[in-house]
Amino acid sequence: MKKYICGWGRHAIIEANVYQPNDMTALRDLLAKKIAFIPRGNGRSYGDSAMASNVASMLNFNCFSAFDPISGQLSCEAGVLLADIISSFISSGWFLPVTPGTKYISVAGAIASDIHGKNHHHVGCFSEFVESFDLLLANGEIITCSKTQHPTIFHATCGGMGLTGIILRANLKLIKLPSTNIRQTVIKARHLDEIIELFAQHDTAPYSVAWIDCCAKGKNFGRSLLMLGEPSLNREYYVTDTVPKKFPVRLLANLLNRHAIKLFNSYYYHRPRSVNTTVDYNTFFYPLDHIAAWNHMYGKNGFIQYQFVIPNDRAKIALKKIISAIVDYGHGSFLAVLKKLGAKNNNLLSFPCEGLTLALDFKMHHSLLAFLKQLDCIVCDHGGRVYLSKDACVDADSFAAMYHRAETLRQLRAETGADRIFHSLQSKRLNL
Amino acid sequence: MTTLIIGANSDIAHALIKALAKKLGHNDFILASRNKENLARLAKDVQTRFAATVSTHYLDVTDFSSHQQFVDNLIELPDCIIYAAGYLGEQQTQQSDFSEAMKAINTNYSGAVSLIERLVEKMIAADSVGTVVGISSVAGERGRASNYIYGSTKAGFSSYLSGLRSRLHKHNIHVLTVVPGFVATKMTAQHQLPPLLTASAERVANDIVKAIAKRKNNIFTKPVWRYVMGIIRLIPEPIFKRSNL
Repeated sequence: MKKYICGWGRHAIIEANVYQPNDMTALRDLLAKKIAFIPRGNGRSYGDSAMASNVASMLNFNCFSAFDPISGQLSCEAGVLLADIISSFISSGWFLPVTPGTKYISVAGAIASDIHGKNHHHVGCFSEFVESFDLLLANGEIITCSKTQHPTIFHATCGGMGLTGIILRANLKLIKLPSTNIRQTVIKARHLDEIIELFAQHDTAPYSVAWIDCCAKGKNFGRSLLMLGEPSLNREYYVTDTVPKKFPVRLLANLLNRHAIKLFNSYYYHRPRSVNTTVDYNTFFYPLDHIAAWNHMYGKNGFIQYQFVIPNDRAKIALKKIISAIVDYGHGSFLAVLKKLGAKNNNLLSFPCEGLTLALDFKMHHSLLAFLKQLDCIVCDHGGRVYLSKDACVDADSFAAMYHRAETLRQLRAETGADRIFHSLQSKRLNL
Repeated sequence: MTTLIIGANSDIAHALIKALAKKLGHNDFILASRNKENLARLAKDVQTRFAATVSTHYLDVTDFSSHQQFVDNLIELPDCIIYAAGYLGEQQTQQSDFSEAMKAINTNYSGAVSLIERLVEKMIAADSVGTVVGISSVAGERGRASNYIYGSTKAGFSSYLSGLRSRLHKHNIHVLTVVPGFVATKMTAQHQLPPLLTASAERVANDIVKAIAKRKNNIFTKPVWRYVMGIIRLIPEPIFKRSNL
């Protein structure tokens, strides 16, 4: 059925044939059509990685198959949302070992983006906890992939943006948490050097993330709030499912100008808050999920989220350059997140490498694309890369400079016939 | 609380099973449908999410000769019976090909009458205090040129449930008629439905669960449909037949 689809950034909306297969027969029928399409989960990637003229929504594949309450192993279908997993198992103490900032993504999406969380420097990406998954290849064959079975395809699919085949189901390992609460510590950093220093000082905290003010200048340049977390033993508050609150976000769109943002950032940095508190997991891990459709607040032209990582040795210099460029550009956002990432894994297109990552939203603006090209250059020059799940505009050459193992993926796609079937607007742009 | 769901493979049924288990603590399900493979998949889903027992049974609601045996074979007499089987089909085809029309008639009306009457007999004999839930449709509220064959089967079903409600009242068995408007499911996948009027299967399931808990007689989901259909029913026939409604 023809529908309008877009990424979470809503800056490009296209009309596409959206297939909604219910079972394997429908999926095989779709493959038999020999048309190019991309599998799609819950559409939470920001750019065009799940956009194409033909799209196969995997959300009907949303059943759990089995759960082992001793080992924490969960078998489920590709379209199950992380939110679903959490609501089903958190009351018995099980949680996701790696979670991104929203729980409304599909399991297959989590694998295809090889998502990372606030604890990457300790535990790695989502794929570290994927024991295996079943993949439907372009030729109709279904294979089970793991680090030991079809390892090349496993490492190509984790982080592979849906370009190797269709993930059908996965076996995941959940972790035990002592309660549904997180003990949070918030520390102010007066400027960029201080936040980088604080990250190093608090390296042992299980979870860490910083909010950074990308509008501050002079001695406040790079001022931030470091938020550390550790599982709490306090079982006092029990949180039932939260329904995202409807908020007139569209009205905010017109209010989001550089002055409002500067004011907000100043308030957010200075406002009184307790240093140590216990918060429920929803507040710590998913603050934005509380507001339904928050991505509409950037107006009808949408926004682009730009997230990059720079290796440790050049991180400070690159961040200084990039944040200065953002301050000068003047159209930054109040949502800017700085995180520490750990070592790279063996997945071909997995984003994290040991260093610092910064993610920010930019409201769509006529000068934005040119500005982001500038940032791409700085990122490339400092050995970094952009996160493909947020990417909306990196060009093929910059991509090749950022991801040295892309050619291996290209070859694998050619060998398995995936390059004839699985394509997104992003894969075409990046020449994959 | 044993719940029998006829037509368990429908999207509404799937959402309803989860909502019943989660919100009302139903923990014993009997799922009946034609696609046993998918039923097995559903059963595993429910068993993994909730501490529930699930049994699956092949049932073709249009095969009337199999109904008595199906009912006799039930190990537990259900306390809650949900008829969620439905066939939409295509109006144009149903006009020219009676076998297509029969599919709708048998699935949506005759099969329902056959099964529900047999089950209700057993419930009355066992002095059971239970609930019967039938999923009808706004299409049954007034016949429209674009879908009157489907619509009339649902009109029949709504009327049947209404009479059944009166009959069973003195036996303490509650009958709920669910009247959905547009719902985004497998059945309507090929149709472009207006977003504001269209509910998700989850939304319908939650509304049904609330209605069961409150022992309502009939509900429209989304509730706005009660007023939409109220207005449509009021339009005088000489005007209605000339309109494109």
